[in-house]
Amino acid sequence: MNETDIKFLEDSFKKYYFNHFNLISTPQRTSEREFGYQKFNSGFFNRHISLRDDKELHLLFMQNIPSDVYCSNAYYAFPNSPMNEKDWKEADLIFDIDAKDLNLSCRNNHTASICNECNEISKDIVKCVKCNSTKLEKKSLPCKFCINASKIEVNKLSNVLIDDLGINKENIHVYFSGNEGFHVYVYNSQFQKMGSKERSELVDYIMFRGAIPETFGMKRFKPNRSSFPDFNQKGWNGRFSKQVFGSKSKRSKIISELLDNGYSSFQKTLDNVSDQIGVKIDPNVTMDIHRIFRLPGSINSKSGLTKTLCTDLTKFDPYTDACFLNDESIEVLANCPIEFKLKNKKFGPYNNEKISLPTYAAVYLICKKLATIA
Amino acid sequence: MLVLGQDEKAKYPFLADAGEYLKDKGFSLTQFGSDPVLKLSVEKALHRIKVAAAGEVYKSDLIDGQASKDYVLEREVFSFLLAIVLIKLTGMSTLIKRFALAEARRAENYLEKDLGNASNKSKIDLATRIIYDLFNIEIIKENDFFVIPVSDYLKHSVTFHEREWKLINRHVENGKVFLTPDKTVRLIRKELGNYISSKIINAPKPTMIPGLENIVNELITISKKLTPTYTITTGEYPPCIKHAIDVLEKGENLPHSGRFMLATFLLSRGQTVQQIAPLFKNAPDYNSRVTLYQLNHLAGTSGSATTYACPSCEKLKTQDLCFITKECDNIINPSQFGKKRK
Ligand code: SF4
Ligand SMILES: [Zn+2]
Ligand SMILES: [Zn+2]
Repeated sequence: MNETDIKFLEDSFKKYYFNHFNLISTPQRTSEREFGYQKFNSGFFNRHISLRDDKELHLLFMQNIPSDVYCSNAYYAFPNSPMNEKDWKEADLIFDIDAKDLNLSCRNNHTASICNECNEISKDIVKCVKCNSTKLEKKSLPCKFCINASKIEVNKLSNVLIDDLGINKENIHVYFSGNEGFHVYVYNSQFQKMGSKERSELVDYIMFRGAIPETFGMKRFKPNRSSFPDFNQKGWNGRFSKQVFGSKSKRSKIISELLDNGYSSFQKTLDNVSDQIGVKIDPNVTMDIHRIFRLPGSINSKSGLTKTLCTDLTKFDPYTDACFLNDESIEVLANCPIEFKLKNKKFGPYNNEKISLPTYAAVYLICKKLATIA
Repeated sequence: MLVLGQDEKAKYPFLADAGEYLKDKGFSLTQFGSDPVLKLSVEKALHRIKVAAAGEVYKSDLIDGQASKDYVLEREVFSFLLAIVLIKLTGMSTLIKRFALAEARRAENYLEKDLGNASNKSKIDLATRIIYDLFNIEIIKENDFFVIPVSDYLKHSVTFHEREWKLINRHVENGKVFLTPDKTVRLIRKELGNYISSKIINAPKPTMIPGLENIVNELITISKKLTPTYTITTGEYPPCIKHAIDVLEKGENLPHSGRFMLATFLLSRGQTVQQIAPLFKNAPDYNSRVTLYQLNHLAGTSGSATTYACPSCEKLKTQDLCFITKECDNIINPSQFGKKRK
């Protein structure tokens, strides 16, 4: 990114942080958290920072004008010490749901590629249309469908958290990540003090991984009909019934089929079911108890959108509700083969053209490397 | 602190305060070396240790967890306390390990029975209290099940290797896991063993009790024979084999496929059936005759013409027995482990 672009982004971000500091939620027990940040065009990751309160946090934003700010889900005795001396106490449970992990077919339609060799931008995501190079950087401008698919996963997750794991609804906070998905935070649960291994088991449960036929009524020897799950059962048994039997009237017939096909075929059924009803979270994120996460209320430099708390997930539209930059216009040279929508306005596609855009749209494109200041 | 009845002390003698118990009964440790009546308790203690050393579980004189006579109960507790004294006197850590494991198994049986005793609420209460006091797990009875918080379940179950113990294979509802009595008890097996061994380790080392020297020496001899020979070469074993040995040493259940892998591997490394058999001693379902028969069969020494080779890495992967590391270095069978390198 060139100096003018960086200057422009920094100015826009600074204005946002100056005017909207109220949107930044200083985390609970601030002084026990580890903070970190990055600046534009700097590979350096400033980590192991501890802050006492929101004033110090404010100062961090104003003095550094960071491109991205992070905060640990963990609580430490000494957050600014090196990792192995921090003295880990506990950590909120966190889940990451990202549209890019959902294998959605729409994705190719809204992904642009930037050639690493000749900088050509196109919609061809296999090879550069100009020099045939396959070294491409991909930029996705997620569509409504992507966002909705992610929301469905968030809802699946919430159901398991509430019904199976006994989490209070009030203790589940859903945030739009600022780019392609959602971060789900669980506070004050029985899982706070759990280590990485235990969290990984929890992940397998939520993703429906590692199930054995016996759990869902199929025995290896002398299997019988009576042990199969039913619709009114709680937890995965009930969800399994809905998925595999479909309706009450079909249950009996399908059980007969399952019995006929036998034990090892049932294991395959379980694997398929796992793909369909398991919640698609990123397992590594939940397992990691030393990670730092984008701070809610801060801007995601991959998009210029804000990591935002979703109070009503169904209605939440990231392209209006997480877009907080101003609409002063600015001239840019845009090269974006994909159409997109922000604050209910349509933009693009742009074919290497000089145009005047509102700041929020200009930032969006520059962050995606699909435009530069003219 | 728990208040225990006489028969409870006999079932769970590790909960009794040793010093207090003896004082209560009006005895001192030194009397056990000389008093002919107390000799019976000494013999019982010795028997108890020998049984444990052989990898089996001591069967007490209790019938349905109760004794016909008070002195029987007393002897149960005495023999346990004395066994600890004797083991401390030998100073052999192998004995501590074996004894703690066997006693944990024994207590496990009683706990399971007490939990499963639907008609006797006080028994259930006591068992749940013990589990709470010792391991800080709150268990609540709900119909035929015992429910415990998911986080407590995970804390213990993550060390288990069988897929059955994965949370997904349990009934989970409202933050709780539903368990049958046997699974509930199985969940804390290791901790029970640790608890008992830490009790032994932390007990003060007594001075030699005159009259017990011979017994202590006998135990030292037994213990020395036990010191396993297989650990000497462990360094060259692949991760899957190390893991299997580990599981067995902890007294956990290794599936049949795992035992097959382990036995065929060790045979391929030139170990004899007699060297391998003791490995399986800690398995929950150990039976020496059956084990020897099976090993001989695998080794091809019992009539069958075929010897069995160790399964391939690929096969072991499908059986969840592979724990591949960099050292495996693209081999296709565990028996090649370490041989590829110059
Ligand atoms: S790769 Fe082969 S040798 Fe290594 S752990 Fe797996 S099964 Fe064992
Ligand atoms: Zn190119
Ligand atoms: Zn899409």
